[in-house]
Amino acid sequence: MNVVDKEYAVNNEFPAFKAGDTITVHYKIREGSKERIQQYRGVVVQIKGVAHTQTFTVRKMSGNIGVERIFPIASPFIETIDVNKHGKVRRARIFYFRSRTGKKARIKEKKY
Amino acid sequence: MQGLIGKKVGMTSVFDENGKNIPCTVIEAGPCVVTQVKTREKDGYTAVQMGFDDKKEKNTTRAEIGHFKAANTTPKRKVAEFDGFPEDSYKRGDVLTVDLFNNDTWLDVRGWSKGKGFQGVVKRHGFRGVGDATHGQHNRLRAPGSLGASSYPSRVFKGMRMAGRQGNDQVMAISLRVMKLIPENNILIVKGSVPGPKGGYLIITK
Repeated sequence: MNVVDKEYAVNNEFPAFKAGDTITVHYKIREGSKERIQQYRGVVVQIKGVAHTQTFTVRKMSGNIGVERIFPIASPFIETIDVNKHGKVRRARIFYFRSRTGKKARIKEKKY
Repeated sequence: MQGLIGKKVGMTSVFDENGKNIPCTVIEAGPCVVTQVKTREKDGYTAVQMGFDDKKEKNTTRAEIGHFKAANTTPKRKVAEFDGFPEDSYKRGDVLTVDLFNNDTWLDVRGWSKGKGFQGVVKRHGFRGVGDATHGQHNRLRAPGSLGASSYPSRVFKGMRMAGRQGNDQVMAISLRVMKLIPENNILIVKGSVPGPKGGYLIITK
């Protein structure tokens, strides 16, 4: 299995991010024959899996409705990832964040 | 069928050139040692017998030790015969590797499915059960229903699908696409799933 992981190792250079960080995913979308890039900005809720099958979940508020999107890290459709904010959270998976609304749905920024 | 003995390593997924995420099974295929060549004169049929996966000599019977010694190899856990090789193409002690599949795009994989124990008719044969939990259904939610008519034929037809042991059968996955070969590690990656648990033995044929 390790051999296979190495064989398919992901060599895209995305900046490191963790749960709680706010990131923007630049995602390629194919419409007919045209390709365009869509930006999806939100908070990372969890990072799951290992090696090339790793995925991460990004949650954003679209109007009043929470939207969560799961991206495979090895997906060829991801153009780039920008890290906008480093959040200060204590957990690796911030599911509690889903039930927070308004002022409570804020994550403190990490200061270095 | 020409082929090799292998072992299921596990499953993973890989993006193809169209950007589709393809489920794959990783198989450790070979190296297999030819332990005996069956000939028409001596055995009445032609086949190549090969062994795969080492085992300890203390877990091997004397007869088996002798058999493997004749092929100049260590005792093997799994032995199988393949009949598709041309006559005289291999002799005892030859080693076959995953390179055998170098030119193939499709392979068949045979193995023993995971045992499920005694299972009801819903899981075993895909019966729908009773749709309702109410309307007089007390304990018949997953029952098979009627087994047939009454006075004629007055018996239950042979082969009527009922509850029973499920799994632990020989199952063949046909025409699996070869995704990748990694000869240095004897790894074969095919698209889709393959019968049996991780570590289960598989017969891979062209």
